[in-house]
Amino acid sequence: MSSDSENEQIETTLEEKPVSAKTSPAPAKEIELPKFEKGIADKIVEKFGPKVKVAFVKPDRVGINVGKEDVTEVAEFLRDVLNFDHAESVSGVDYPNDKEIEVVYHLGSYTDSTLARQILVLATRAQREENPIPGNDATKLPSLREIFYSVEFHEREVFEMLGVYFQGHPDNRRLLLPEDWADLPPLRKDFAIKGR
Amino acid sequence: MSKELLPGLALQKVDERIMTLNVGPQHPGSGHMRIIVQIDGDFIVACDPDPGYVHRGEEKMAEYRNYITNIPHLERPVIHDSCNVLYPYVLGVEEILGIEVPERAKYVRVIASELNRCIYTMYWLAIYGIFLGHSTMFMWPAGDRELLIDLMEKMTGARVTHAHFVPGGVRNDLPANFEDVCLRQVNYFEKRIKEYAAVFYDNPILIARTKDTGVLSRQDAIRLGTTGSVLRASGVDYDLRKKEPYDVYDELDVHTNVMKEGDSYARSKVPWLDMMESCNIIRQALQKMPKSGSVRVKLKPNPKGKVFDTVYKRVESGRGSLGCYIVSDAKPEPYRVKLSVGSFRNLIALPYLLKGEKLGNMPSVYWSLNYWPVEADR
Repeated sequence: MSSDSENEQIETTLEEKPVSAKTSPAPAKEIELPKFEKGIADKIVEKFGPKVKVAFVKPDRVGINVGKEDVTEVAEFLRDVLNFDHAESVSGVDYPNDKEIEVVYHLGSYTDSTLARQILVLATRAQREENPIPGNDATKLPSLREIFYSVEFHEREVFEMLGVYFQGHPDNRRLLLPEDWADLPPLRKDFAIKGR
Repeated sequence: MSKELLPGLALQKVDERIMTLNVGPQHPGSGHMRIIVQIDGDFIVACDPDPGYVHRGEEKMAEYRNYITNIPHLERPVIHDSCNVLYPYVLGVEEILGIEVPERAKYVRVIASELNRCIYTMYWLAIYGIFLGHSTMFMWPAGDRELLIDLMEKMTGARVTHAHFVPGGVRNDLPANFEDVCLRQVNYFEKRIKEYAAVFYDNPILIARTKDTGVLSRQDAIRLGTTGSVLRASGVDYDLRKKEPYDVYDELDVHTNVMKEGDSYARSKVPWLDMMESCNIIRQALQKMPKSGSVRVKLKPNPKGKVFDTVYKRVESGRGSLGCYIVSDAKPEPYRVKLSVGSFRNLIALPYLLKGEKLGNMPSVYWSLNYWPVEADR
């Protein structure tokens, strides 16, 4: 059974899943995508096709990359059809080499018990400016606050820490930084800590 | 950088009837926090929480240190709950480095994290007591948590800020005779906290002040993305120890405490019930723990992942789900560490709950959100 990898993949779909997952974690490392998570990814791809790129499918985690013009539409689909009802976290990650800033939404569900373990990682990217003027440059993304109310404070934090302005957010103010902060947004990679 | 004002930073013009009140930024419970409230007579019409007075840039600091040297500073957001704050980070680093943790270490972690949960909750409960002017409830938990702090001191060598969890296990094995002392202290602790019902939870004054204040319905608790005791007090059965068991929680019998009311009273009672559940979990873990064996996998100096990878791990902390998002670019330092903390997620409920509430109810609503300013600011 363990000799041929393709055979094993077919067999595990017929047998009970937990047995193969628990008893033999080592041989199943490369081939076997978690079935339920793959189902979620397939549903999204089926609906949006090439607009969505599946970044990874891991146990309990599905990651998708979406362009900024489609992110609202995809988020609405995730909420209304796939039952993801809140955002756990919104993180901004600066990629100076790609000249982009990535904003990552970690979505979860309280209402759908089958999704209790799942986190959907929705990532989208905004253009990065060399000399940022937060709020008045091209680093902009559509806000998901109308779709997921829970992102309100998280998006405010991303705005001040990375300078990503969220269009349609009702309250784009500073949250953690001082009001008179005049330096670069501090979580950008070109903001250096003194002495380091 | 431009000198222009950021959008929305200009002061609001307010009605003549309405007075703007700055509550803080002093040290109302633990950590500095300012709440700007607008009141009409005795009633709050709008509330704007202003965190950030204890922002220490943990996430930025984490990008400059390697995976191991990040441990002591990443637990600073909540020193009383330091094991739980480190937990998702350590789990994430283990996934990046591909480490398997010894069985005994997993049980030690569960015991340490449950003890920490109780230590944190006792501190929180003490402050909740003094917020409501109940000085006995300040003194009792502050004294009783010493029982568990002594245990943590035996286990880790430090009363708070243990830095005990490391990728690959825990720093030290349990001292000799720890199991017996732990069992005795935890049993006594449980007996003690049950006595709080008579002095606090069944106290008519407390009930009068907290029942039906700041009611958060089930739908709103879900919509606002609240977590932990706030969510469970609103009738949502969601506890990560049960829903997404990490380490050995799937081998232990964990009961989730849920209340339906969603008011300040329920939110203050759920953490207290959770403490008794923690005592149960500690007793089970002590029983099932392997009696000997390694507690730590030795790592090479400056460990690093092999490829670009992202992980998001979460655990149930004293204040709800605590997530850690780590981006690794195959260097010894993480590319990005983001802590998604329960306090920050629950803060969004504060303006929502305080609207229309009396000013005198503000302390009970604010602290019942299980909010820890230092953690929210990171």
